[in-house]
Amino acid sequence: MTPNALSGAWLIARKDLTIELRTRTAFLSALLFALLAIVIFYFSWDPTAVPASDLAPGVLWVIFTFSGLLGLHRSFGVEQQDRAIDGLLSAPVAREAIYLGKALANLVFVVGIQIVAIPAVALFYNVAVIPVAPALVAVALLAAVGLVAIGTLFSSMAVNTRLAELLLPMLSLPFFVPVVVPAAQATAKLLNGRPMAEVAVWLRLLGAFDIVFVAVCMLAFPFTIEE
Amino acid sequence: MSAEGAGASLQSGEAAASHIVRQPGHAGHAVEAQGLKRAFGRRMAVNGVDLRIHAGDCMAIFGPNGAGKTTLLRLLGGLLKPTAGSAVVGGVRLPAGDEARGAVGLIAHATMLYGALSARENVEFAARMHGVRNYRDAAAAALDKMRILNRASAPVRALSRGMQQRVAIARAIVHAPAVILLDEPFTGLDDAGASALTMLLTTLKDGGAALVLVTHNLAEGLALATHVSVMREGRFARCDERSAIDATRYQNDYRELLSHDA
Repeated sequence: MTPNALSGAWLIARKDLTIELRTRTAFLSALLFALLAIVIFYFSWDPTAVPASDLAPGVLWVIFTFSGLLGLHRSFGVEQQDRAIDGLLSAPVAREAIYLGKALANLVFVVGIQIVAIPAVALFYNVAVIPVAPALVAVALLAAVGLVAIGTLFSSMAVNTRLAELLLPMLSLPFFVPVVVPAAQATAKLLNGRPMAEVAVWLRLLGAFDIVFVAVCMLAFPFTIEE
Repeated sequence: MSAEGAGASLQSGEAAASHIVRQPGHAGHAVEAQGLKRAFGRRMAVNGVDLRIHAGDCMAIFGPNGAGKTTLLRLLGGLLKPTAGSAVVGGVRLPAGDEARGAVGLIAHATMLYGALSARENVEFAARMHGVRNYRDAAAAALDKMRILNRASAPVRALSRGMQQRVAIARAIVHAPAVILLDEPFTGLDDAGASALTMLLTTLKDGGAALVLVTHNLAEGLALATHVSVMREGRFARCDERSAIDATRYQNDYRELLSHDA
């Protein structure tokens, strides 16, 4: 009995996370980038000119976007060494399961960065995140799903090119905008203590983008890997 | 059993364009291809290949670099879509659904392994992806067949190229495929590894698996094959039953053919 799409996806995600746990190259690079960015932004910040609650959302989403790209690039990079991708493609699982598995592993990667970066930003900029923690987690998760959905697709497309490291951000960043803008807006409203109704508008928009991006990217994925 | 073109001398591509191995009395073929073509841009890598292989047969395919051998294997393995023609592998017409790929075991130039995972983890992952229920035992058995079980816990990147190749072969056979596609499987293997592989392939063949073996090593190919063929410019230039040819003469003819191409 061949594995169904979900169990196939789970196997692939677990395999990717095991490899990342053993090598830690992408996660540590992304984490280092995130912490360095926080420090650089902190020292370039004039607290008398810009309130922390206005700057912190921008810092957070710049960090998530660019550190996420580091993990997304590695996602299909591990499959290129020794053509492991051929082993995956010759297995009797749906192509969509490969996409889902990769996306799931990437989601864990991005969430891992968020778990470290959000408290670090709260600490550096002295913004109160605990009172808005549940809503902030919802924003971070919804945005992470969108970023990962897009990035995983473009990672599979870019990996076979000679300029993969350049191509992935060039392809992904324009498509990240519809996710990052509502996420940054929702985060800003949360950190500025605006009513939840104002945040909910952006959350709904994020949710809608997630559904569209996940569906479209999953359907498009088989065409990016079939030769 | 007969083969079109059996006993023919080595000749250029147009003369003997098809290779059809027939086994009277058997209705189904493990591998069957008709008019299979694959183009990359304007270049035809595979240009109208006809092929039939029964369960328990081994077809060795020889040919110079760029003849289309690897492309043919990738077509049969479902990794490439044909530009034209059709293929049935393990009873399923390609390109087909996901189930069809379960019938095929693929051993290619590259090992298709993950360096950070151990040999056992790599083989178990492949077994689980193919839905093998008792994947731990199956992986151990496959590694044991390739005489690499004692290094099963070592990360693949810490193994020598030959040992990695053994793990790659274990990965390809762990789900007991009905059709095994082998692209230069002896690459990097030492004598012990080559001997283990020859024994394994013989056992698999005797057990009813159909093998398609692409190799530059004529001696290894001729030792295993029930049918041999030469591919040039995307077509079969010659095909014979192994029993109908003299190995020494065949090797001489083949070298002469390659010298014409050089």
